[in-house]
Amino acid sequence: MTAPGRPTVPRLHQKARLQHDDVRGRDVLLYPEGLVALNPTGVEILQLCDGVRSVADVVATLEQRYGATGVEHDVTAFLDGLAAKGLVTYGP
Amino acid sequence: MDPKPLWLLAELTYKCPLQCPYCSNPLDFAGPRFKRELSTDEWCRVFREAKALGVLQLGLSGGEPTLRTDLEELVRQAHGLGLYTSLITSAYRLTKERLAVLKAAGLDHVQISIQGADAELSDAVAGTASYRDKIAAYHYTRELGFPLTVNVVLHRRNLHQVEALIRLAESLGAERIELANTQFYGWALHNRDALMPTKAQLDHAWRVVQRERARLGTRLEIVWVLPDYHEQYPKPCMGGWARAYMTVTPAGEVWPCHAAGRITTLTFENVREHPLGWIWEHSDAFARFRGDAWMPEPCRSCPRKTQDFGGCRCQAFLVAGDAGLTDPVCSLSPHRHLIDAAVAEVERAAEAVEWTYRAAPVSRALAAKG
Repeated sequence: MTAPGRPTVPRLHQKARLQHDDVRGRDVLLYPEGLVALNPTGVEILQLCDGVRSVADVVATLEQRYGATGVEHDVTAFLDGLAAKGLVTYGP
Repeated sequence: MDPKPLWLLAELTYKCPLQCPYCSNPLDFAGPRFKRELSTDEWCRVFREAKALGVLQLGLSGGEPTLRTDLEELVRQAHGLGLYTSLITSAYRLTKERLAVLKAAGLDHVQISIQGADAELSDAVAGTASYRDKIAAYHYTRELGFPLTVNVVLHRRNLHQVEALIRLAESLGAERIELANTQFYGWALHNRDALMPTKAQLDHAWRVVQRERARLGTRLEIVWVLPDYHEQYPKPCMGGWARAYMTVTPAGEVWPCHAAGRITTLTFENVREHPLGWIWEHSDAFARFRGDAWMPEPCRSCPRKTQDFGGCRCQAFLVAGDAGLTDPVCSLSPHRHLIDAAVAEVERAAEAVEWTYRAAPVSRALAAKG
């Protein structure tokens, strides 16, 4: 359970934009003066970051979708990596 | 695999109301070479061809790009292609209404220059009263929800304001501040003795940057563009020649960087005569220094060649007289003494010399001289 008011809802920062890169056959996150190449899982995680779901909700959705467990570490590491670049923020 | 470009800098016009003495535009910007500007349709074709080549990031620059009355249409077309668009502007007379239209057209990011932390210095460096417009425009970008980069070119006369500049960007809620130490090309090379800072100034500013980075964390990204004359090794210029980047000038010439047009030993092609893809792949200007087969010693056998790509071709041409040499900034270059002499001259001088403002009459005179 997530305690109310704690900043655990990940959002893509307004400066970042998901874009398909046709020429290189991949998806990328574009932002001022830079880009990050994403694998399909990364894209799926970001698409679940809708400003409503908490990290726990994103994890639960993915685990349900793939009948898997133990994805929490990967999801957290991925989002924290983007947060360190200021591309993802955590809010209430 | 052949490299594909990621970045396109579209220099929409070389007209500019500001007169900054370090301008990266060519000295002969007002001369015949750049006179006939590309039309709206020609730019849109360039953007389509760039996207098909692999470009994802588009910088709309100049001169002053807001002087183009078709800027909104260009942004709309670029956005429709999926390009991430950045407007690189002085914000002179830029209104909130115009920014709102650009936002609606799909503009992603705004970068606004400032020349000093207060009106007095900023306007003196710009040679045009523009500080008030800039501050107003910074607020408009925040109100409209644009990510904002504050850009400052640093030199002898404003390096002491680094802390005040960072605090200004912080108070404006900017995402980034780009502290770009002057790189000596174009007008900046012409004014090198007036602009080059002392080692003590640079050391002080760098300490401020480190302290402020620790204080601000991810709240404000502080980009510090290295003062390469004071470094031991050259910068990895453009991430390597013709690897990821190209510039299209106002009249359609395509350059591997925004300073390359000054290299008189290269042949530059024009988007009016050739498709962009052909120019990228086959033109002399791009093919000549792509990869590392062109490298002389000391680069050829140097383990750093995969990190710095031999440094900057323009600097090799402008300082050492041959674009095919090691960047003279490199401490291993046989021409490093030319850089050391320029640095030493500034250290010795008691007072900075006066600079020449970037302005059309001077430019035309320089163009006529060749």
